[in-house]
Amino acid sequence: MKVDMKVNGRAVSGEVEGRTLLVDFIRQTLRLTGTHVGCDTSQCGACTIHMNGEPVKSCSVLAVECEGAEITTIEGMANADGSLSTMQAAFQEHHGLQCGFCTPGMVMAATALLKENPSPSEAEIRHHLEGNICRCTGYHNIIKAVQAASGQDVQPVAAE
Amino acid sequence: MPKDGGIGASSKRREDIRFLSGTGQYTDDINLHGQAYAYFLRSDVAHGKINGIDTSAAEGMPGVLRVFTAKDFDGVGGIPCGWQITSIDGQPMQEPKHPILAEGKVRHVGDPIAVVVAESLAQARDAAEAIMPDIEDLPAVMDMKAAVQEGAPKVHDDLTSNLCYDWGFVEDNREAVDQAIKDAAHVTTLELVNNRMVANPMEPRVAVGDYAAHSGESTLYTTSQNPHVIRLLMGAFVLGIPEHKLRVVAPDVGGGFGTKIFHYAEEAFCTFAAKQLRRPVKWTSSRSEAFMSDAHGRDHVTKIELALDADNNFTALRTETYANMGAYLSTFAPSVPTWLHGTLMAGNYKTPLIYVNVKAVFTNTVPVDAYRGAGRPEATFQLERVVDKAARELGVDPIALRRQNFITEFPYATPVAVEYDTGDYHATMDKVLEVSDHAGFEARAAESKKNGKLRGYGIAHYIEACGIAPSNLVGQLGARAGLYESATVRVNATGGIVVMTGSHSHGQGHETTFAQVISEMIGIDADQVEIVHGDTARTPMGMGTYGSRSIAVGGSAMVRAAEKIINKAKKIAAHLMEASEGDIELKDGAFTVAGTDKSVAWGDVTLAAYVPHNYPLEDIEPGLEETAFYDPANFTYPSGGYACEVEVDEETGRVEVMGFTAADDFGNVINPMIVEGQVHGGLAQGIGQALWENCAYDEDGQLISASYMDYAMPRSTDLPMFKVDHSCVTPCTHNPLGVKGCGEAGAIGSPPAVINAVIDALHRGGYDVPHINMPASPDRVWAAMQGAKANMGAAQPAARSTDTAEGRSV
Amino acid sequence: MAGAQLGPAASIGIEKMYDFEFDRPTSIQAAVDSLKTEEALAFSGGQTLMPTMKQRLAMPSKVVSLSAIEEMKGVRVEGSELWIGGATTHATVMRETAESYPAISSLAGRIGDPSVRSRGTIGGSVANNDPSACYPAGTLASKGVIVTDRREIPADEFFQGMFMTALEEGEIVTAVKMQIPDAAHYAKFIQPASRFPLTAVFVARYGDGVRVAVTGASESGVFRWTEAEEALSGNFSAEAVDGLATPDGSGMISDLHGTGDYRAHLVKVMTKRAVAAC
Repeated sequence: MKVDMKVNGRAVSGEVEGRTLLVDFIRQTLRLTGTHVGCDTSQCGACTIHMNGEPVKSCSVLAVECEGAEITTIEGMANADGSLSTMQAAFQEHHGLQCGFCTPGMVMAATALLKENPSPSEAEIRHHLEGNICRCTGYHNIIKAVQAASGQDVQPVAAE
Repeated sequence: MPKDGGIGASSKRREDIRFLSGTGQYTDDINLHGQAYAYFLRSDVAHGKINGIDTSAAEGMPGVLRVFTAKDFDGVGGIPCGWQITSIDGQPMQEPKHPILAEGKVRHVGDPIAVVVAESLAQARDAAEAIMPDIEDLPAVMDMKAAVQEGAPKVHDDLTSNLCYDWGFVEDNREAVDQAIKDAAHVTTLELVNNRMVANPMEPRVAVGDYAAHSGESTLYTTSQNPHVIRLLMGAFVLGIPEHKLRVVAPDVGGGFGTKIFHYAEEAFCTFAAKQLRRPVKWTSSRSEAFMSDAHGRDHVTKIELALDADNNFTALRTETYANMGAYLSTFAPSVPTWLHGTLMAGNYKTPLIYVNVKAVFTNTVPVDAYRGAGRPEATFQLERVVDKAARELGVDPIALRRQNFITEFPYATPVAVEYDTGDYHATMDKVLEVSDHAGFEARAAESKKNGKLRGYGIAHYIEACGIAPSNLVGQLGARAGLYESATVRVNATGGIVVMTGSHSHGQGHETTFAQVISEMIGIDADQVEIVHGDTARTPMGMGTYGSRSIAVGGSAMVRAAEKIINKAKKIAAHLMEASEGDIELKDGAFTVAGTDKSVAWGDVTLAAYVPHNYPLEDIEPGLEETAFYDPANFTYPSGGYACEVEVDEETGRVEVMGFTAADDFGNVINPMIVEGQVHGGLAQGIGQALWENCAYDEDGQLISASYMDYAMPRSTDLPMFKVDHSCVTPCTHNPLGVKGCGEAGAIGSPPAVINAVIDALHRGGYDVPHINMPASPDRVWAAMQGAKANMGAAQPAARSTDTAEGRSV
Repeated sequence: MAGAQLGPAASIGIEKMYDFEFDRPTSIQAAVDSLKTEEALAFSGGQTLMPTMKQRLAMPSKVVSLSAIEEMKGVRVEGSELWIGGATTHATVMRETAESYPAISSLAGRIGDPSVRSRGTIGGSVANNDPSACYPAGTLASKGVIVTDRREIPADEFFQGMFMTALEEGEIVTAVKMQIPDAAHYAKFIQPASRFPLTAVFVARYGDGVRVAVTGASESGVFRWTEAEEALSGNFSAEAVDGLATPDGSGMISDLHGTGDYRAHLVKVMTKRAVAAC
């Protein structure tokens, strides 16, 4: 069946089966490979995207359910001039990523948080990111990056 | 004043731009024209005899290109093992065949039985469900101790038993150790389990095989930490493809933690099938598949005895370990419980006599191999737990007991065959006590008590060995590979530099740190330096990244190659300035003649090398490209003091980590920001092992923790902000950068610190619990408290069928 | 802007589930009609169903999504009664009950994670009746009534054991009604891997008595701990719980994360904590 949606501001339509997952539509049909798949039990959050402004796990949404939806993926996060968004830049500045695999989902989840809560506490950030698993960073620098992106003071990057 | 570039600067990572913008190129992002998809049908029983596999229905299903079973691999080798261990009796270890697809028997849940290659993955999976394997259940071999008893069912019928090897180290010390333990004033004994772990890099494994008929070249794209090792093992031992016809590419790799070192059947399969079918063949692991096909880690059961004299000096140490190999020998599995474990048993202490016995056992479980730390966490956990237990038994301060026995003079030759070059353990101990505010602990404990919580403080001090070497020694120890590293430094005509390294980054940030070193050496901007890794067609033969070896070994190779470049460039500069080569200095990207104002820029020299019009052609060749292979003289020995503070909820047994401090001595540090990040990640994995993570099987060999629904990955809400320090520096004496490596320390030092803190908290609450096995999950801690309350002696919770420890104590 | 036309994903072939027909009706009646197809499955957010289907443990012929039925969405307060449309997401419940019924808001705000809360719905949760789900406890303790396309079923009759409910073939949960208590609290002790409750207790105090509903613990799914209800109805205090015998562990779930006895112990601890927090 046919599905129409808007992805990163661009109208797209494609033929899908009932069982086609949104993440597969994004990765395979649209070839937007920034969205990753890290598990098959809806736990890891690597596939987090925004659907109509809300964070969702694109491995747990059927593509056909997105008829008419506005989808934003990591590829749509940069500023109009191509520079990194505030959140993306904070992740680099505070070393909030290592292997980079969970990073797109993490950035999408963190960006959604600041929309709801512009100045979250450490505990609120941790609670909000509970469904995004990172195996590299121990979350320490991710928390700092999100605090920094929200304009809060954080400690310098390293003991220098 | 922090530097803004070069060695010691917290340079921002250049690779982050692609990872943050979604333009990283991971293996699953590679889609080749005409690619077909492989789906592996895997065993759902732990042990069974294959009476037949009926693939006829599957072969006729839509989109199916071919169905493969073991019979399709006649003439193809098994997956080789890269390390041979010799038993006490002088016999080589028992080494079973590890076929690409199960032959005759299935030996663990997840053992691949057949593969369907089809036009789409859905078609491949649909067809795999139509395959009818006729498998007769056999009793599962699960319990290591029972497995080595006479008459036990065998995992491999062609071996004499399930015992892979029985290793004694150092055998010559054995009698003296036994005697010292007999003569001791006090002996502390501890039986413990090092729980089985699943590495779980967030990127599951992927393999894409391709075959170019016009050139006869095979290419494998794979999620590997060491593409050259895969090329060598797969080409020479499995598929019989000469290296000049085989290219292995490991592009962006989403974490490894050891489990992506090894050569896996799926890699060989996709390479093989692509040639057979003349189509690219892709396999992408699901997470569920990863749990039953990625090599697991740890899974040791140990009895350790520490002997002390009347003054509390350590006099001897004896251990007996059962190490689970799983059903087959993974690539480096035999080395982990032996050379990566036994050699570390001295720890930071001047114990004069040590004997380590390790029995490696085959069971019907997923193969076990190196996982972050590999052998060293197992050694450290035993040692740092038994020292803490000894202090409690003797009624002395565990910190003082450690200090009293610290090694203080370097170099120090241990009784377990290694020589520590440098270290200052009192300094790191001082530092961890200071940064963790040890002095203020009692006040915090009192505060916790007011809130109904038991607070505990645990300390651990570790030593580790990185950059395993030298190659001639490891060859004698059974390694079937060299352990050098390589680098080619290519200077382009206009002065830009490409470094092609055999090291591989899968999160460590080599593209940034390696460029910092070159930038510092030559004095040019790091932007002028490109780091290439992960492609056998573009880099010299190298051994890859594991064992915290990249900067110590790979970085040293790069430095050596860059030194050759600089020496040659100086000759060119001397020619251009008509000066003596010995007077040439390189600083800030320019060559000068000492004592004069003569100068020639880096770019002028590099241009001269490639446009050699005014050039000493009679003395040196044109061009500016050098390769170095660096084989270290010794391991490096990072060390550190770790402190963990926990609160235990007495009513539920839940442990909360309130604070964690790591004071490490990594020698010199290239990029402090990245080093801190490495420690953070290691701590999360070590704390995860101590408190939540547990790969559990039931007695029938079913994997119980087979997804993130049951295998507890540390989450953002589980961990505190860490305090990390690396200001204690004793540079490594035998590599050019004075570096030691930092990738695994966090995972090595943290588990005993956590458990020591939990035990401390329980004792402060009046619960006499001498030990608790990892993970110290709420139910186990609660059960231990109930046991202590009921005065049940050892106070261990009853073993459950789901415990990896069940029935395994030695 | 002209939409880009893209080829079918099927030709690339990465689908993991069995294929099925898909329908997304916009009214309850249309959904009921659509579900008359044999092996059709109602899908309300799918945050539990999707992983099950990926493992090929469920193979519906047709999936009927309830996500476009506006009459099944929203939160309304009528006197002391809270009405939550069956297709209302956890995120919406969290936001919209913060004032009217904070304990339910808190429960909704702690289900899964933000992404799960954006998609998962109360109707999906109660209809699935996972033995470790949160909503069944909140519903049962809050004198809940499950409204379907054809009848209203008291929660006490609706939840019939692990993954079992009173729902008939093709029957849809269109809304859940709860009575707002004088005080309530949901005390949740998580299983460290799944983050579902290992054991969680919802306590609700009404003028005519106290309700205590337990999830995560029993092999029979969500249940009311009647001994605690009786004790607390007379003396609403943590001490009243202290005086009770620990529930029998023999019918409790025993797994990797805790024995039946441990869960039974947690029932008591979590009840006490919920009462103390009311």
